[in-house]
Amino acid sequence: MSETALKQAFDRPKALRDVPTHFCPGCHHGVIHRLVAEQIDAFGVQGKTIGVASVGCSVFLYDYFDVDVVEAPHGRAAAVATGVKRARPDNFVFTYQGDGDLAAIGTAEIVHAANRGEKITVVFVNNAVFGMTGGQMAPTTLEGQVTTTSPYGRKAEEAGLPIRMAEMLSTLEGVGFAARVAVNDIKNLQKAKKAVKRAFEYQTNGWGFSFIEFLSACPTNWKMSAKQANEHVGSQMAAYFPLGTFKDVRG
Amino acid sequence: MAKRVLVKGNEAIAMGAIAAGCRYYFGYPITPQNDIPEYMSAHLPPIGGTFLQAESEIASINMLLGAASTGARAMTSSSSPGISLKQEGISYLAGSEIPGVIVNMSRSGPGLGGIHPSQGDYFQATRGGGHGDYRTLVLAPSTAQENYDLTVLAFDLADKYRNPVMILGDALIGQIKEPVELKPYRKNMPQKDWALTGNEGRDKRLLKSLYLADGELTEQNWKLAKKYARMAKEVRFEEYETDDAEMVLVAFGSVGRIIKTSVDILREKGRKVGLLRPITLYPFPSLAVRRAAEKADSLMVLELNTGQMVEDVRLAVEGVAPVDFYGRPPGSIPTPDELAKEVDKVWKKRRAK
Repeated sequence: MSETALKQAFDRPKALRDVPTHFCPGCHHGVIHRLVAEQIDAFGVQGKTIGVASVGCSVFLYDYFDVDVVEAPHGRAAAVATGVKRARPDNFVFTYQGDGDLAAIGTAEIVHAANRGEKITVVFVNNAVFGMTGGQMAPTTLEGQVTTTSPYGRKAEEAGLPIRMAEMLSTLEGVGFAARVAVNDIKNLQKAKKAVKRAFEYQTNGWGFSFIEFLSACPTNWKMSAKQANEHVGSQMAAYFPLGTFKDVRG
Repeated sequence: MAKRVLVKGNEAIAMGAIAAGCRYYFGYPITPQNDIPEYMSAHLPPIGGTFLQAESEIASINMLLGAASTGARAMTSSSSPGISLKQEGISYLAGSEIPGVIVNMSRSGPGLGGIHPSQGDYFQATRGGGHGDYRTLVLAPSTAQENYDLTVLAFDLADKYRNPVMILGDALIGQIKEPVELKPYRKNMPQKDWALTGNEGRDKRLLKSLYLADGELTEQNWKLAKKYARMAKEVRFEEYETDDAEMVLVAFGSVGRIIKTSVDILREKGRKVGLLRPITLYPFPSLAVRRAAEKADSLMVLELNTGQMVEDVRLAVEGVAPVDFYGRPPGSIPTPDELAKEVDKVWKKRRAK
């Protein structure tokens, strides 16, 4: 078979720049970046996308995505995105936030942006720890999970139980779409891809607020191998944080 | 001919903002500035603007950051405790070089304090207020007309320097009702080659304040420092009866207007006093204060606090003349007679020596 007969089946999405990432081996951020970038390509919105970067490992998305980006203070991405979208309603606006950012310090901002039905897309990466600061306990840390600030394991009587953001936000009238997905195996990855596409449709059609939560591996802070961390997402995390679509008002 | 209207100081600010092309307002209720969001909620939607009552002061300043990052003129307003909450966002605006106008119709503190006129937020306004080595341009109106004019100026300065600009007033400045001439704004909106609009047909743009690479943050801070030095030329102040003054009074904002009558009272008694009223608190009119100190026998600072701007005056004077101080903590507004008496006491004390 001649070389010219080979058909390219896989390439880097145009919305991602050809640069190495800083992510640890086995981290899911890279895969999630790719899924978002694929849809930016698919919807043809790269030239009118404005991304809102948050604080945490996700902040460097401005180095990886080939789109305009504004960096928000810790937890404030949904408020910043509100300002961007109100001023530029025809642009595609997304936030990309971790669990410390969105589910701890930024709960007021995400709840009210969702409740107002801001026409933005929120990508929430839940890896159950504060990643960048060194693996401290997050609101999504599992019961009994050892972190650098829960050295005896998270205790429900002291820290409460992990917060389920996708379910909580889906109760708000302003939310059009809320789903939880994972990228730990091919089957889940395919479902995640569909969910991201659906989340994008909500914004491009002007239907309203869309929220997509990713269960994500953090092998470094979980003190696991990449393989163990991947399995942990499927077995432990998905057991507490069920995968699925909680709201799809146009479905 | 420009239209003249009788409005509250707070309304004059809202009118100035709209005249200057501000179409995005984000805020949260707090006394004594509620006339501003109320005015904006009524007047922005009919002209295609956005009024958004946010869930908090923190959210409103970050909404401003988002809207302003696209190049739009945006404003938020609040009062002391709310301004404390906005400091995070103000620091990010300064660090990311995103322009924005922040109004502080200050209350009295610390803590929940009260709603009396007070100048207790001078330090917070002029020292940056939030974290990091940055400066905010600070304008201190003393009449409803100045509220209007300085708000227009605030938007121009914010864009010119890509920096947050704060308007610092208090309950007196916000609630007083006076005639205001609505001067039309005739400037063209500035082109913003940094604004986020989507990278169609150009390279991507980024607005951020995180600098981790070796030497990057040092460079960024030097760049900001040079910008703050350039702002020095924006200094504004008013002088009243200072030509032959043997004693120059220094006061801003609400005290800056009351004391003018005190100067008249004292002049009738033969006291050669004058007034230097800083209109920009940052940059501070240090040179003008220094010149006044070189010409007069002494200076006297009067504030609605227990001593804040007096530090800047003393820094400017550098010991060339004595600087006296009268401060009043929140709770009451001094009358021109009361202030004249306080000045007269110092006048006599200085001459008895």
